[in-house]
Amino acid sequence: MIHSLFLVNASGDIFLEKHWKSVVSRSVCDYFFEAQERATEPENVPPVISTPHHYLISVLRHRIYFVAVIQSEVPPLFVIEFLHRVVDTFQDYFGVCTEAAIKDNVVVVYELLEEMLDNGFPLATESNILKELIKPPTILRTMVNTITGSTNVGEQLPTGQLSVVPWRRTGVKYTNNEAYFDVVEEIDAIIDKSGSTITAEIQGVIDACVKLTGMPDLTLSFMNPRLLDDVSFHPCVRFKRWEAERILSFIPPDGNFRLLSYHVSSQNLVAIPVYVKHNITFREGSSQGRFDLTLGPKQTMGKAVESVLVSSQLPRGVLNASLNPSQGTYTFDPVTKLLTWDVGKINPQKLPSLKGTMSLQAGASKPDENPTINIQFKIQQMAISGLKVNRLDMYGEKYKPFKGIKYMTKAGKFQVRT
Amino acid sequence: MQEFANQLCENRQFGFKMTDSKYFTTTKKGEIFELKAELNSDKKEKKKEAVKKVIASMTVGKDVSALFPDVVNCMQTDNLELKKLVYLYLMNYAKSQPDMAIMAVNTFVKDCEDPNPLIRALAVRTMGCIRVDKITEYLCEPLRKCLKDEDPYVRKTAAVCVAKLHDINAQLVEDQGFLDTLKDLISDSNPMVVANAVAALSEIAESHPNSNLLDLNPQTINKLLTALNECTEWGQIFILDCLANYTPRDDRESQSICERVTPRLSHANSAVVLSAVKVLMKFMEMLPKDLDYYGTLLKKLAPPLVTLLSAEPELQYVALRNINLIVQRRPEILKHEMKVFFVKYNDPIYVKLEKLDIMIRLASQANIAQVLAELKEYATEVDVDFVRKAVRAIGRCAIKVEQSAERCVSTLLDLIQTKVNYVVQEAIVVIKDIFRKYPNKYESVIGTLCENLDSLDEPEARAAMIWIVGEYAERIDNADELLESFLEGFHDESTQVQLQLLTAIVKLFLKKPTETQELVQQVLSLATQDSDNPDLRDRGYIYWRLLSTDPVAAKEVVLAEKPLISEETDLIEPTLLEELICHIGTLASVYHKPPSAFVEGSRGVQHKRLAGSAGSGESVESPDAGSAAGASEAPPAVIPSQGDLLGDLLNLDLTPPTTAGPPPPPSSGMQMGAMDLLGGGLDSLLGGDLGGSPAMGAGFAAPPAAMPASFSAPVSSGLDDLFDLGGGVGMPMGAYSPPKTVWLPAMKAKGLEISGTFARRAGVIQMEMTLTNKAMSVMTDFAIQFNRNSFGLAPAGPLQVLSPLSPNQSIEVTLPLNTVGPVMKMDPLNNLQVAVKNNIDVFYFSCQYPISMLFVEDGKMERQVFLATWKDIPNDNESQFQIKDCHLSSDASSSKLQGSNIFTIAKRTVEGQDMLYQSMKLTNGIWLLAELRVQTGNPNYTSATVSVPDGLCLAFQTDHLGASLLPSLQSDHGFICNSLCFLPFKLLSLSVTQLSCLKIQFHICSLYSSHSLT
Repeated sequence: MIHSLFLVNASGDIFLEKHWKSVVSRSVCDYFFEAQERATEPENVPPVISTPHHYLISVLRHRIYFVAVIQSEVPPLFVIEFLHRVVDTFQDYFGVCTEAAIKDNVVVVYELLEEMLDNGFPLATESNILKELIKPPTILRTMVNTITGSTNVGEQLPTGQLSVVPWRRTGVKYTNNEAYFDVVEEIDAIIDKSGSTITAEIQGVIDACVKLTGMPDLTLSFMNPRLLDDVSFHPCVRFKRWEAERILSFIPPDGNFRLLSYHVSSQNLVAIPVYVKHNITFREGSSQGRFDLTLGPKQTMGKAVESVLVSSQLPRGVLNASLNPSQGTYTFDPVTKLLTWDVGKINPQKLPSLKGTMSLQAGASKPDENPTINIQFKIQQMAISGLKVNRLDMYGEKYKPFKGIKYMTKAGKFQVRT
Repeated sequence: MQEFANQLCENRQFGFKMTDSKYFTTTKKGEIFELKAELNSDKKEKKKEAVKKVIASMTVGKDVSALFPDVVNCMQTDNLELKKLVYLYLMNYAKSQPDMAIMAVNTFVKDCEDPNPLIRALAVRTMGCIRVDKITEYLCEPLRKCLKDEDPYVRKTAAVCVAKLHDINAQLVEDQGFLDTLKDLISDSNPMVVANAVAALSEIAESHPNSNLLDLNPQTINKLLTALNECTEWGQIFILDCLANYTPRDDRESQSICERVTPRLSHANSAVVLSAVKVLMKFMEMLPKDLDYYGTLLKKLAPPLVTLLSAEPELQYVALRNINLIVQRRPEILKHEMKVFFVKYNDPIYVKLEKLDIMIRLASQANIAQVLAELKEYATEVDVDFVRKAVRAIGRCAIKVEQSAERCVSTLLDLIQTKVNYVVQEAIVVIKDIFRKYPNKYESVIGTLCENLDSLDEPEARAAMIWIVGEYAERIDNADELLESFLEGFHDESTQVQLQLLTAIVKLFLKKPTETQELVQQVLSLATQDSDNPDLRDRGYIYWRLLSTDPVAAKEVVLAEKPLISEETDLIEPTLLEELICHIGTLASVYHKPPSAFVEGSRGVQHKRLAGSAGSGESVESPDAGSAAGASEAPPAVIPSQGDLLGDLLNLDLTPPTTAGPPPPPSSGMQMGAMDLLGGGLDSLLGGDLGGSPAMGAGFAAPPAAMPASFSAPVSSGLDDLFDLGGGVGMPMGAYSPPKTVWLPAMKAKGLEISGTFARRAGVIQMEMTLTNKAMSVMTDFAIQFNRNSFGLAPAGPLQVLSPLSPNQSIEVTLPLNTVGPVMKMDPLNNLQVAVKNNIDVFYFSCQYPISMLFVEDGKMERQVFLATWKDIPNDNESQFQIKDCHLSSDASSSKLQGSNIFTIAKRTVEGQDMLYQSMKLTNGIWLLAELRVQTGNPNYTSATVSVPDGLCLAFQTDHLGASLLPSLQSDHGFICNSLCFLPFKLLSLSVTQLSCLKIQFHICSLYSSHSLT
């Protein structure tokens, strides 16, 4: 199982280590540093590295490498999932997961890690259980603790740990009972030069914020559940009910959680909400290149496309770009060659465009590579797959909760090749 | 001053916030005393703060072990947080302060009795983490109690504690019976306890490969499946991994397990999903393919795998490595999902490369257009590694999907036109493969390729280009100039290029002999004289020899038809794949290596095979297998032909009586070779006989039996000389044992080469083998089995190959044999059919053992009996045999033969000839009598033929006296023994089939021999 954990920052310093079995020397990380040096980009460090006596499995989140050391055959996904859980927990506790935040809360971090793994076996990774065991630091609590000498460690056995519904604590009480669901869909797509779709898929999630008193039992039904053929559920969802009736039936955890994630693959028709007209050309022998980009809405069901951000990695030979946006602002970083254009909202009547020239190194040959255009956008009040929640019912409790549902579509990895 | 500056610095950094970072400021040496004082303070709050400071220092790797006693003093407290902090400290430092740690034991034992289950669990958990022997002794009793605690939270913590304790002191755990308690916990009512018990047992089992710790039966499986639905995600992983080790009894059980595991595919935790995929992939093997459920299951597997690819890149990477395996095993699962493997430009490189690999595996006629368009796109990306792999992938597509070959070639040509150096080089390497796959189809592009000759600077690309020039020399007008240009820097080239250049020039010479003599001489001399590389030198000599002795044969060898390459070359070997499928989701599956090959601590992992195909692994045990194999396995005809090449090589080295060894023949030899080349060799080449005259052809491809003895002889004598040396020192009376021959060539056995011989040592027949692994992967699990044979030879024990055989490794194995196995008449009589199994497959070969192996030690007949029997043998059972070139006196022969259990009963001298009368006995009790006549005055006594008194011997001669064995007849040691091999076969075959105590006697001498049947 997981032997040790090292946290490494972007400059290659180990700023925290934790061992669940015997102590493994820091020098084991040298193999990681070697790999880090070889990698051209921070994210290119291979996630599994073998050393003579150990294996290093790492994830990169928030510019921190979480490097787990294992010694025997352990499923790597298990380790990676656990590391992600660690990151999520830190973020949950400290608001952000940065080196400074971790250093500021080093004792809590240590206590958390100790609670999360025992001898390398996961112990308590559910955030509501952890929060019962170790209270998250807040400014108020720190003050109170300092004054009264009380502690931020729970005295009681976490009740959820052993119940049939380990994700929910008992005795939850709210004055305002509310349940909100966000249906968020991300489109991943690759569009080729001519504008036709090479691949497009939708990664959808339903994130919930449930603050309900007692032990409510919820059911959520959809207008078009047939869209959901590839789903992953929160453990609280009763799988049999879903199989039989296509209804989500569950006792929700308290607070924020991800109820469901789903995947609508390219076989089903995925609507593409924006199109790009582009003309990026370099001429042989000339030190100038032309850049011409126009964006427009496509299949948006009448909703506005907002927060549009276009970015593109221009070829290495490009020295500078002098462009003229019809709206928004653009920046070009001459070092990384990254062009970003903050467009804002697309107005269908007056399509946003970015036109101008790029200057190349004098005498250099025409760049070989074609830049790819990356687009980010948001569309409120619409799930691009067409998924619609039908109704939400609550059983087991008497009160009437306040219910809300929100839809949003975002661009995931939305790439246009030129 | 410096310290002060540091302090300032740190203070500024953390800005005196109300956070834990303030603890970092108190770790300088002077502060240890301060901390000590604070730890011993009366105020609880101050104590706690001090412990926090200590922990903070510890986490950043600073040594605060000096505070051990003071921290331990804080342990007796009601404050849970303080207690936990002290526990944290203890775990870290107990090892370095074992005596001090004892002080903590009492508190632990007391805490294990605490009414609060959280404290009980915490105490037992912490105690297990203190890796000090003295403490573990005290741990046993509390642990025993906690394992039976009423609170499941304590039980599940205790279960893990057993694993910890086992890691520290395995013997103690076994002695205390904790393992049994742990096994009982599998039936616990609480699913979390079950999951932890399974996890603990799995970890312990890893260090006990043969123990039956996780003895899975339908009842336990049922319990696990029930717990699976209710435990945490991590517990589900442990249980699923454990389930994967189970082999269901039948397809119905298999299906019911699959049905209960399938819901896990919808879990949000990707590790759970992948473990579920593993179980399903394994148990699917047992389901009949026509079952409806089988199809349903296949459909259900695709979506979760696709979903894994939308996760974080690290998860994607592991998923992709596993999908790579799944796609090889069951391509149908993902055949419609090609698009999800298309590369996004900002994927990390390790994800890109894996996706590319899977794209090729999924490429088919249906989707090839799309794939090619993508690949072409990738080939213009920025990342060099990725671009190279994309270009290579285009080549692989061409080879895999024949219909696409033309498009691939034109795509590659487009890429070559870009003139991007590394793209051009990769393209040329793959075009070479395309030429080999589709000969005579795309050679029109050669011209374009030649244009880029100068830009090639990588060995692989240069070698590929040289290969193309050599292969198509007749179509390239200036092939000689091109190759000559490479030759100039011959010594600076890598071996790969040198070898290729040598071959290419020889090809060129054979195709255009008139213009390229100088060139070929130049390259041969470069290769043989100026090079230190044995491979290059050997290849040089082979060509030289071939060209000088028989150019037509050379032509047939060098310009032979090449075996086609197929797309299968990059597939993982089926047996390894099967094993890896059983290990989906593990490190093994990420590295695509068998689990035994790596990861320290897994001191012997049982090899898992897919259930459905287990039959193939067992077949070696079934008695019929051997005979079935034997039928398909003719006595390997490859061997002599290989042998003669080998002989040729050795001959080359052995003929010049230089003692120095390796140094190549001096320049005069070179001259001779050159003359030779221009002499007879060229004549026939230029004589218009290019097609190869029938006579020449026959001479080259002559059947092994007619292989001239002349060149084989020096080989074996050379080897025998060596052998004599060994025998002379080690065992003067040692039995003759022929030199090892290749029984199973590597190409027939997926890389396993077996050569061997038989010997009789100290009364035991031994099969001595050299196993060589010429494959790319490790071989393990060797076993051997014989088919029924004439003398009932059978292995007396298992084949002892203890360590796995890694690539390019050889191992010497001696297998003792007995003669109590089942008997069946073989033809030839001394034929032995053998089946060898390893982790890859079962292989069959046959070999022949010298009959002298069967001569037992008590084969000395009494004189009187001998005389009487001798007379009783009828004349028509007599066989005569003659041995040439025997340099031994009668006494020397006699003592030599005694080493092989051929005993001299009497000797007399008649007319200057020594007559030896000899007897020997076979393992099945059959006696053989012989008369040996040695002409003392004339050691080089030669007489042309064997005299054949009856028709029987003639049959032997034609049947068995293959020319390949003549050399051993002539060698000093083996001569009698081997002649014995052949003579009595027909007769023996009569008797062994009846298995009675029939006595066959036969009689041999240097001029004649006789045998008879009584």
